[in-house]
Amino acid sequence: MKPRPFDYVRPDTADEAVALLAEHGDEARVLAGGQSLMAMMNLRLADPGMLIDISRIEGLEGIRDLGEKIEVGAAVTQNKLLAWPDLSKKLPLLAAALPFVGHFQTRNKGTVCGSVAHADPSSEISLSLATLQGEVVLRSKQRGERVLAAKDFQLDMLTTAREADELIVAVRFPVHAGRGVAFREVARRQGDFAMVAVAAFIEDKGHLRLGIGGMAGTPVVQRMAIGGMTDAIETIASGLEGYEDLHASAELRRDILRNLAPLVIAEAQKCAA
Amino acid sequence: MSKRLGTSVARKEDPALLSGHGRYADDLPVPAGTLHAHVIRSPHPHADIVSIDAAEALAKDGVWAVITGDDVRKISDPFLVALKAPIHQWSLAVERVRFVGEPVALVVAENRYLAEDAAELVQIEYTPLEAIIDPVAACKPSAPILHAEANTNEVSVRKFQYGDTKSAFEKADKVVKLTVDFHRLSFTPMECFVAVASYNPANDSYDCMANFQGPFSTHPVMARALRVPGPKMRLRIPPDSGGSFGIKLSVFPYVVLAALASKITGRPVKWVEDRAEHLLAASSGPNRVTEIEAAVTKDGKILGLRMDQLEDYGAFLRAPMPGPLYRMHGAVTGGYDVANIDVINRVVLTNKMPASLIRGFGGPQLYLALERLVQRIAIELGLDHLDVIRRNLVPPEKFPYHAAAGSLYDSGDYPRAVETAIGGGRLDHLKKRRDEARKAGRKYGIGFAVVVEPAMSNMGYLSTLLTPEARDKAGPKNGATSMVTVNLDPLGAVSVTADVTVQGQGHETVLAQIVAEQLGLTPHDIDVTLEMDTAKDQWSIAAGTYSCRFTPGTAVAAHMAAGQIAAKLKGIAAKQLNVLPDDVELVGGKIRSRSNPDNAVSFSRIAGTSHWSPVMLPDGMAPVISETGVWNPPELAPPSGDDRINTSFTYGFVFDMCGIEIDPVTYQVKVDRYVSMHDAGKILNPMIADGQICGAFAQGIAAALYEEFVTNEEGAFLTGTFADYLVPTVSEIPPVELLHMESPSPFTPLGAKGLAEGNCMSVPACIANAIADALGVKDVQLPATPRRIHALMAQHGGVR
Amino acid sequence: MRRVNKDQKVRISLTLNGRKMSAETEPRMLLSDFLRHSLGATGTHVGCEHGVCGCCTVQIDGTAVRSCLTLAMQAEDRAVTTVESLAGPGGTLNKLQQAFRNHHALQCGFCTPGILMSFTDFLARNPKPTEEELRDVLGGHICRCTGYAGIMAALKEAAGLTNTNEPTGAKS
Repeated sequence: MKPRPFDYVRPDTADEAVALLAEHGDEARVLAGGQSLMAMMNLRLADPGMLIDISRIEGLEGIRDLGEKIEVGAAVTQNKLLAWPDLSKKLPLLAAALPFVGHFQTRNKGTVCGSVAHADPSSEISLSLATLQGEVVLRSKQRGERVLAAKDFQLDMLTTAREADELIVAVRFPVHAGRGVAFREVARRQGDFAMVAVAAFIEDKGHLRLGIGGMAGTPVVQRMAIGGMTDAIETIASGLEGYEDLHASAELRRDILRNLAPLVIAEAQKCAA
Repeated sequence: MSKRLGTSVARKEDPALLSGHGRYADDLPVPAGTLHAHVIRSPHPHADIVSIDAAEALAKDGVWAVITGDDVRKISDPFLVALKAPIHQWSLAVERVRFVGEPVALVVAENRYLAEDAAELVQIEYTPLEAIIDPVAACKPSAPILHAEANTNEVSVRKFQYGDTKSAFEKADKVVKLTVDFHRLSFTPMECFVAVASYNPANDSYDCMANFQGPFSTHPVMARALRVPGPKMRLRIPPDSGGSFGIKLSVFPYVVLAALASKITGRPVKWVEDRAEHLLAASSGPNRVTEIEAAVTKDGKILGLRMDQLEDYGAFLRAPMPGPLYRMHGAVTGGYDVANIDVINRVVLTNKMPASLIRGFGGPQLYLALERLVQRIAIELGLDHLDVIRRNLVPPEKFPYHAAAGSLYDSGDYPRAVETAIGGGRLDHLKKRRDEARKAGRKYGIGFAVVVEPAMSNMGYLSTLLTPEARDKAGPKNGATSMVTVNLDPLGAVSVTADVTVQGQGHETVLAQIVAEQLGLTPHDIDVTLEMDTAKDQWSIAAGTYSCRFTPGTAVAAHMAAGQIAAKLKGIAAKQLNVLPDDVELVGGKIRSRSNPDNAVSFSRIAGTSHWSPVMLPDGMAPVISETGVWNPPELAPPSGDDRINTSFTYGFVFDMCGIEIDPVTYQVKVDRYVSMHDAGKILNPMIADGQICGAFAQGIAAALYEEFVTNEEGAFLTGTFADYLVPTVSEIPPVELLHMESPSPFTPLGAKGLAEGNCMSVPACIANAIADALGVKDVQLPATPRRIHALMAQHGGVR
Repeated sequence: MRRVNKDQKVRISLTLNGRKMSAETEPRMLLSDFLRHSLGATGTHVGCEHGVCGCCTVQIDGTAVRSCLTLAMQAEDRAVTTVESLAGPGGTLNKLQQAFRNHHALQCGFCTPGILMSFTDFLARNPKPTEEELRDVLGGHICRCTGYAGIMAALKEAAGLTNTNEPTGAKS
C-alpha cells in the first residue's frame, strides 16, 4: 500500500497554484488535507502525476466574515472551522454537522473545501452547503474567478463542475444566525460515512428546507411547507432510488430516512422556537 | 495462595510499550542489503494460470527477482496437512489459483515502493474457472471441484456416536430442530504479518524472523516445506507482537516464501504485510453450517442431540486445520449433562481465503448452534429459557465430569454460577426493562448463553479426525508439554524464559509473579525474556500462545521450575545456615531458618553460589544455574478406540445474560445491559484477567453485530478495507458487568484455568438469543446488522 | 515554491521531538515510513495505511494527524512529535502514560502510541473534557485487545474525571 510516483509541488500562493493547474490540470490533483486522496493513493486507486500541495498557502487559510456569508478558504481544516468562535452563532448548522465529519484526528487535517471537492454523497459538509444554498468559489488562470451555487457544483457521486484547471479557493456559507437548524446522521460506526444524513433548516414560519445525504449521487434538498411534512417526507423517501451497498439496502435507507427526518425537523423547530 | 499471585500487579510490559520502546517485528534491524518483497495476488476466485511474464518488471532498476509458483515448486515441498488428502499448497500458487488474494508471484526489490511499482508491470494471464463459494452447494456433485485429485470438495466426513442417541430420539416427547449458519470473520490484529529470512548456502540453513504465534507444531511444517531438518530452519520471534488472536499462525506460509526468496536472490528478504493484503488473504475463521436437533422431554430435559456440522475452510487446509471442528469435540455437549449425542463433522473447501486459527477456535460456531437450540427448546415447549438451562446443566456433584464425547471437566458449579449471575436483581432489572420497552411498542429481548471454556489443547485432539485404525497407523498423538526455564546469574539475579509468544497477554508480568512467589522475591526482581529463538530456547510442538494454554500450561511449568530452584537453594542454604533443608524458607530477598529467622543469608549470595563456588555445594548436588520446568498433564490422553477425546486440559465456565433493544430509527441492535459470569478457577492477576475478558467480549460483540468477511456469489471479496470491514470503535462496544467465582482446578498446582476465549464464544450466542426474543424469530443470521434486522422485521411485518 | 519531481530524491529537515533532523526522501514517501525507517523513530506504528485505525497518529506542530495520510514532504520544516517524546527523564511516565498503566489500557501496545498522541493534543486543547468527548476522540482509533474499557478508564483519570485509584486499577 504505497502510492505510485508523482511530482510534488508546494506553491506559496494561489496564483502559483492556478498556474500549475493551467499547465498540469489533467494529471494533477490538489492536496489540501489529503484525508480521502492519500488513502486512495495508498491503495493505488488514485494516480495523479502531480500533487499540488496548497496546505501552506497563506491566502487560503482564512475564515472571513463577509456579512451575509462566511467564506472558508481552501486550506481551512474542519477542526479550525469547528473551533471558530462565531460558528454556533453564525453557522449553527455547521456547528451541528461538523462533529459528524470523520474523527477528531482526520478533522485536524481534512479541509472544509476538500470535503466539498471530493463530493462524496455522504459528505456532511456538502450536505450543509447544499441545504444552506451556499457557494463554491473557483479560480483558474485563464478565466479568473467564478462562483457556483452548491447545487450546480456537485453533479454526481465524486463528480463536480470543477474544470481541470480550476482551484476551489473557498466555499461560502450563508449566515443563518438564530434560525432553527438540526443535523443528524446514521452510520454503522461513529465517524463512518453516513448511510443517511439529514439536515433541517427552518426558513420561516411556514417553510423549511430538508437536506438529505447518502441517498443519491448528490445531496437532495427539498423545500416543504410546515404542516405537510409527513407526506413530503414520504414522497421524497419513496421517490429516491437510494443506494444499495454492503451496509444498507435501498429499502433500509428509505426507512431510516422516514424515521429520522421527522426527528431532525422537530429538533430544528424546537431550536427555532 | 500467596500475596503475589491473585493480585493486580502492574504490568512489567507497560513502560516500554507506552514510551515507543516496544520491539515489534518491523522495528527490528535487518542485515544490510536486505531486499523487500511484495506479493502479487490473484484477482480471480478460481482460474488457471496460463502465463506469467515478468520481463518488464525485471528490467526496472532495483528489481531483483519475480518469483513464481514454478520456482517454489522446484525448491520446496507442499505444506503438510493433518488430513491425508491430495490438497497441495505451496507458498505461491502452482498452476491454478483458488481464491481472490492467493499469492501468485513475489516481487523482490530494493524497497517496498519499487516492489509495488514492479508488480504492476508483471503480466499474468489467467483462464477463469467457475468458482464455488457456498459450502452447502460445494458439496453437491455438480459443484466445480477445487482440488481435482481429491475428487470432491467435501474432503472429510466423520461420524461419531456417543451413548444411544437413537433410543433417546425414540423416547422423546418432542424433537426440536434448527439450522445455524456462522459467518466468516477475523480479529485483524493491528500489526500485520512480518517475515524476514536469510539463507545461508554454506550449510543450507535458513535464519528467519517472524511475528509467528505458534503452535510450534507448525515449525516442522515450515522446515519440511523448505526441505531441511528443523534445526536448519531457525525461527526467531520478536519480543513484542501487535496482537494475534490466533491469526498470526498464518504468517507461516510467508516465512517459507521469504526463505525461498532469500535462497533465490542470495540476499536477506523482508516482507511486511499491508492491511489490504491482511483483510483479503491473511486468515479467516471458518464459516460453519450446523444442523442441530434435540430429543427432549416435555419438561425440557435433553435426552439426546444430533449435530451435523459442515465447516468451510476455504481454498486449502492449512495446518492445524480442521482444528476448529475438532478442538471443541470432547466438550461438544457444552455445559449440559447429555449422555447421548451423534455428531457428523464435515470439512468442505470453497473458493475463499483459507480459514485458520482464531480466538474462540470453533467455540463460537458450536455455541451459537447449541445455545440457539436450547432457546428454541424452551419456546417450542412453552417453557422459560432459563428453566431449560437449569434442567440440563451438569450438576456440581458430578465433577470431575466425563462429558459424552470425552472431555473431562475438571471443576465447577454451573447452577451456582447461573443463580449468582441472575441474582442481585440483575435479571429482574432486565425483565423490567423489557416490559417497559414492549409496553411502549419497542423491540426488546433478553438472551442467555452457557459456555464451557476449554483451555490448553490436547495435541491429540486433531487425530480424532482420523478413524481409530488410521490413528493407530499414524502413531500416537496426545498430551501438551509446557516448558519454562529459570536462570540464576552470578550475582543472584533471576531471569526467566518460557515457551510462549508475546501478544499482549501480560505473560511477562504473571511469570514474574509466579517465580517471585516461589523464591521470596518481588516481581520487580524477576527479568522475563519472551522473545523466542527455536535454535536456543526450550520448546515443544505445543509451544506458542493459543488456546489459552498459558495459565494451565506455561504458568504451571514456571511454578515447577521456580520450585525446583527453590528446593535446591534451600539445600545450599541449609549447609551454610547449619540447619536442615526443611527448616529453610525464602522470604523477602532472604533465605533463612524458619525456626530462627535471624539465621539468614541474602538470596543473591546463595543464588550465585553455583557460579562462584560449585565445589562447596552440598554433597552430590549439581550446580544450580538454571532449571527447566516441564509440565505435561496426564489427563490429556489420546483419543480412545471409541473416539472419546479429552480435547483440552481445563474447562472454565461462562454464563452470559443480556438485554438488547432494536433502535427504532436505525435498526441497530443496542445492548442495554450485559452481564458475564466467569469461573476460571484461581485468578492469577485479576486486572489482566479482566482485560482478557473485556477484549474477548469486544470481539464477541464484533462477531455478533459488525464484522464479516463478505464474498459475493461470483467470488469477489467485498470487505477489503477497514471502511468496509467494520471493526468496532469505542462507541460500538457496550459496557460489560463482570462477575467471578473460583472453582480451582484440581488437576493443576495453581488451580487456574484459561479465560481469554470464553466471551468470543458466548457473546454471539447470547446476542442472537436476545434478538430472537426481541423479534420473535427463529433464524438469526450474524452479524445482526441493521440491514439484516431491517430485512427480518420486514419479513415479519413490522419494520416501522 | 517547493518542487520535487517523481524520480528525484531530496533531503528534508524537520524537528523530531525537539531535535532537528534530516534525511533523504522522494515525493511519495509517507511520513509514517519516513519516521520509522529513515529517522528510526519506530514508536509510531502502521496499522492500515488508509487512515482508519489511528495507530500511526503523530503530531505536526502540536496537532494530531494520521502520518500514513501525510507525505514526508508535508512535514518539511515542521515540528513532529511522536510517542518517544512523552516520558520524562529516566523514562518516568507522564500522567497520561501512567494512567494507561494504572488501568490496563494496553495489552499488545501496538495501537497505544497513536492514542497517546491524539490525547496529548486533545487534552492540551481541552483540559476539562466530558466523558463523551473523550469517547468521541478515542473513536478515531481501533484497539483490538482491550475492548476499550481500560482505555476509557485511563482517559478519565488523565482528564481528572475520576480518582486515581479505580477498583480495577493495578497495584505496583
